[in-house]
Amino acid sequence: MEEVTVSVQLFTPSVTEDTRVVSDRAWRRSRGVPGRGWLRLVSPVILIGIWQLLSSTGVLPPSRLASPVSIAHTAYNLVVTNSPAYGTLQGSLLVSAERWGIGFSIGVVVAVIIAVASGLSRIGEYALDPVMNALRSIPLLGLLPLFIVWFGIGDLPKDLIVLLGALFPMYVNTFAGIRSVDPKLRELGQVLGLSRRELVWHVVLPGALPQALTGLRLSVVGSLLALVVGEQINANAGLGFMITQAESFLANNIIVVALIVYAILGLIADALVRLIERKALAWRQEFTP
Amino acid sequence: MSETAAQTSDVPGAATAGHGNDAAAAGESDVIAASVRGLTKRFGARAVLDQLDLDIKAGEFVALIGRSGSGKSTLLRALAGLDHDVSGELAVTEPVAVAFQEPRLVPWKRVLDNVTLGLRDASPRQVAVAALEEVGLAERVSAWPLTLSGGEAQRVSLARALVRRPALLLLDEPFSALDALTRISMHRLVLGLWQRHKPAVLLVTHDVDEALALADRVLVLGDGRIAHSSAIDLARPRDRDHPALTALRLRLLSELGVPAAESAS
Repeated sequence: MEEVTVSVQLFTPSVTEDTRVVSDRAWRRSRGVPGRGWLRLVSPVILIGIWQLLSSTGVLPPSRLASPVSIAHTAYNLVVTNSPAYGTLQGSLLVSAERWGIGFSIGVVVAVIIAVASGLSRIGEYALDPVMNALRSIPLLGLLPLFIVWFGIGDLPKDLIVLLGALFPMYVNTFAGIRSVDPKLRELGQVLGLSRRELVWHVVLPGALPQALTGLRLSVVGSLLALVVGEQINANAGLGFMITQAESFLANNIIVVALIVYAILGLIADALVRLIERKALAWRQEFTP
Repeated sequence: MSETAAQTSDVPGAATAGHGNDAAAAGESDVIAASVRGLTKRFGARAVLDQLDLDIKAGEFVALIGRSGSGKSTLLRALAGLDHDVSGELAVTEPVAVAFQEPRLVPWKRVLDNVTLGLRDASPRQVAVAALEEVGLAERVSAWPLTLSGGEAQRVSLARALVRRPALLLLDEPFSALDALTRISMHRLVLGLWQRHKPAVLLVTHDVDEALALADRVLVLGDGRIAHSSAIDLARPRDRDHPALTALRLRLLSELGVPAAESAS
């Protein structure tokens, strides 16, 4: 197996992505049975219940962490009223989602282009891979002050940080995916008289796809992390701005609301990638009927 | 349709002259499907193939046996054009098709697309379906390769080789990973396909009985050369216990370095 490298500098996701495939299948199977999917909601709901209980009994003071009910109320108010300090929740969400969408999609596309160029040729590898690996080892979030000096305090430095957060996991995994394609299949292509273009299209790229999609999921994580940190510095709109504002007003519950919205963004994006995986890797998932 | 592609390496004294003589001596109706002269392959200091000569006539079924590491597969890979690091002279009649030990199906292509992969034909899907029917897999055309059994996968691999209408079919131990029963039915299938399409076949195997059941000629590879060659002139399907085959079996086993007493057990 080729390495699966995570290039997020703050945290490393502790889930080994490859093991997911197995549990994925079990999860789908359980979803096929009516009602069983709801079982997955039981433990989070219990956890929230305990949290509410601790808040209601005063064990958990609101100055530390507000109760779930209070947070839900705050979220509701942020949606229905346009406060001068925070704006509306949906307005902030839109700003953040736009930054994320731009940075993430450009980052992924650029990563795939570089990975194909360096994965398919030795010259490309020598030219691009060392540079990518050197850049990858720079702590991403440490770049932010420099980016602000270079690009000002607008959206550009934030978009760029998000872009880089998506770029490196996608690049590393797509490159490794291309290189891990079974040499026996390349040989087969030779025996069948495939042209280089046909070999790339029918054998190399589809063979790299499983690991490239793993890269895509890590890119979601990496870019979201970059977004959260990136937009807390010198922002005047967005979820990160909301958090900075709340920090100065000591409004913990608003911080929690913003974090929950980030988490929901991440979950939605992850679900989308899983959907793509399920469609694109049907050949693999039908392995166990 | 068929052309002869010669791949010549610069070996001093490569036996070009001998080639012509052999062809003349072989008789007027005999067309050569593959011709090898002075083929040498070295791994470091060790010559796995050492000045090897071999001719395969058009339509001839040749089995090549040898101990592991004797260079059987190296020879086959050289004929398939997969090993360019050999010296000597090599001429094969195109098209050449190969079936490997592992079926090497592309897992993300359905069975039919595996068969048509790289196929230059006016109606690739039609000939592919016909080939899959011939190997008895008409109903699996849209299956994913990972859902096939070992025998089915190997049949797809044969169909994929077959649709290329090979003049030379190279089989690299294609049945060695199959269970005994599947292997027997695969032998019948291969014989049927060979009798209908008449490609020259080079079957590399370590199974003496397989060679005896299928081949017109059995070759033993030893010390980097063809150490022994026996023609088998018996009608197929062959009785495993035919006296001629029993005698030849002992002979081949002793050529392979297995003494009679040992092989009798």
